[in-house]
Amino acid sequence: MLDLFAPFFQRLYETTGVNFTPFYDPYDWGRLLEGMWVSVKLILAVIAVSMVIGVVGAGAQTSKLRIVRFLVAAYIEIFRNTPPIVQLLFFYFGLGAITPRVDMGGWYEPIIGSFGWAVIALGIFGGSYNVEIFRSGVDAVPETTKEAADALGFSDFKIFAYITLPLAFRFSLPALTNNVISLAKTSSLAYVIAVPEITYTLSNIWSDSVNVPEMMVLLFLYYIVLVAVIAWLMGWLERKLALPGYGQ
Amino acid sequence: MQPASTWTPDQPIVALRDVHKSFGSFEVLKGIDLEVMKGEVICIIGPSGSGKSTLVRTINGLTPVTSGSVTVEGQEVHDAKLDKLALRRKVGIVFQQYNLFPHRTVLDNIMMAPLLVLREKRDDVEERARALLAKVKLIDKEDAYPAELSGGQQQRVAIARSLCMRPDVMLFDEVTAALDPETVKEVLVTIKELASDGMTCVLVTHEMGFAREISDRVYFTDHGRIVESGPPDAIFECPQDPRTREFLSKVL
Ligand SMILES: Nc1ncnc2c1ncn2[C@@H]1O[C@H](COP(=O)(O)OP(=O)(O)OP(=O)(O)O)[C@@H](O)[C@H]1O
Ligand SMILES: [Mg+2]
Repeated sequence: MLDLFAPFFQRLYETTGVNFTPFYDPYDWGRLLEGMWVSVKLILAVIAVSMVIGVVGAGAQTSKLRIVRFLVAAYIEIFRNTPPIVQLLFFYFGLGAITPRVDMGGWYEPIIGSFGWAVIALGIFGGSYNVEIFRSGVDAVPETTKEAADALGFSDFKIFAYITLPLAFRFSLPALTNNVISLAKTSSLAYVIAVPEITYTLSNIWSDSVNVPEMMVLLFLYYIVLVAVIAWLMGWLERKLALPGYGQ
Repeated sequence: MQPASTWTPDQPIVALRDVHKSFGSFEVLKGIDLEVMKGEVICIIGPSGSGKSTLVRTINGLTPVTSGSVTVEGQEVHDAKLDKLALRRKVGIVFQQYNLFPHRTVLDNIMMAPLLVLREKRDDVEERARALLAKVKLIDKEDAYPAELSGGQQQRVAIARSLCMRPDVMLFDEVTAALDPETVKEVLVTIKELASDGMTCVLVTHEMGFAREISDRVYFTDHGRIVESGPPDAIFECPQDPRTREFLSKVL
């Protein structure tokens, strides 16, 4: 693959000084691919964690126990009102320092690495928004629709699983799309705890080859394409789940 | 364990005795007595806010009573030990606003409860659902979604959905009140056919002509009480109570 365009970028560099090292240097090419792969993995993991937290949190908010509702509210306040970069540093340096290390046969590794902490921190950050997003989706499901299911003998759990959840998910989708895109962008902050995702990798390349503007262009392009893909996927999901005739 | 029911079909299938219901300090039902025999069709009429919906909803336990007794086939509805599912399959209800499941097709709407709640075999349920769709004249709409149907069509799906649980009693709470005048008739025809098939029906309705034509007995409610009841001709021709007379003079 690299062979296809390497000569072109090599010549570009030699004739104009515009230096896209990843497009002709096999080592940097490998770094770029790895950085993109780690970035995508990180984003998918963060989205997954934040969704689980969102559903569980929205359920917990309807708990009969005051203390549970209070804890969820406190969680939302804390993580929505502090910068995600501070949360990342807190988890990695604060909690990371006190988590146990495991013997890897002579050397010791922390049980949770920087990637793991980034997933946890950003997942919890994104989850604090998802709780509210899912909650308003659940609130938008008409009482009367649930009552009809109740009158047909559905148990509370079946009402939730077959009526409330599928409808609430649809109602939440537009807000969820915004949050997923915002999380994808926020994932670049994992840079500060040295997760080898795209921002981190490209910054390594530009410190080695002193080609900051070129790598910046690449970084911008990467995120523009990524966000476009996510927006397209979410739009596709929205269309697929749209209720024919509903709300017209 | 539920005590073994000693109900026999010659006893009322639905019986309310001195039923009271308060929302906070506001008493909506002030001592309701009412009996329905198997196969009977009764209509409840009365001014808005007189407690008709509340009354009907106590029969399948959707609204808990404050005091008094409601029995269906001899079983107390408001017993804490009641098997809720057993009651739900005996009593079907259709609401004014249809309340179909908007994310499921017409056929799915009808099949969901028998499949999920009664855990019946899919083939059996599907056959029954199609037969019901034919009965409510919507056989070509089985793949449509509720929002793609007219109000009258949605209401007929809602009726089929209830019937697919094979209830012994059907409750109808102003099921034509939200419909255009042209579509009211198709729903009333469906209910009439059901009644002539022998289904026990409790109807709340503002369609006085229909009430008169279809019911075996009419109950007039006002301010949480049954003011007057009797055969439809008696109620509509020579109402005894001044409140009934006043109400009928307004709506007829
Ligand atoms: N869940 C509730 N909480 C508080 N008040 C209620 C509730 N449900 C009904 N009510 C009140 O009880 C009274 C009777 O209501 P209900 O719906 O039974 O009347 P209705 O005869 O069916 O009236 P309509 O013909 O308008 O449907 C009304 O004043 C209503 O505001
Ligand atoms: Mg009513």
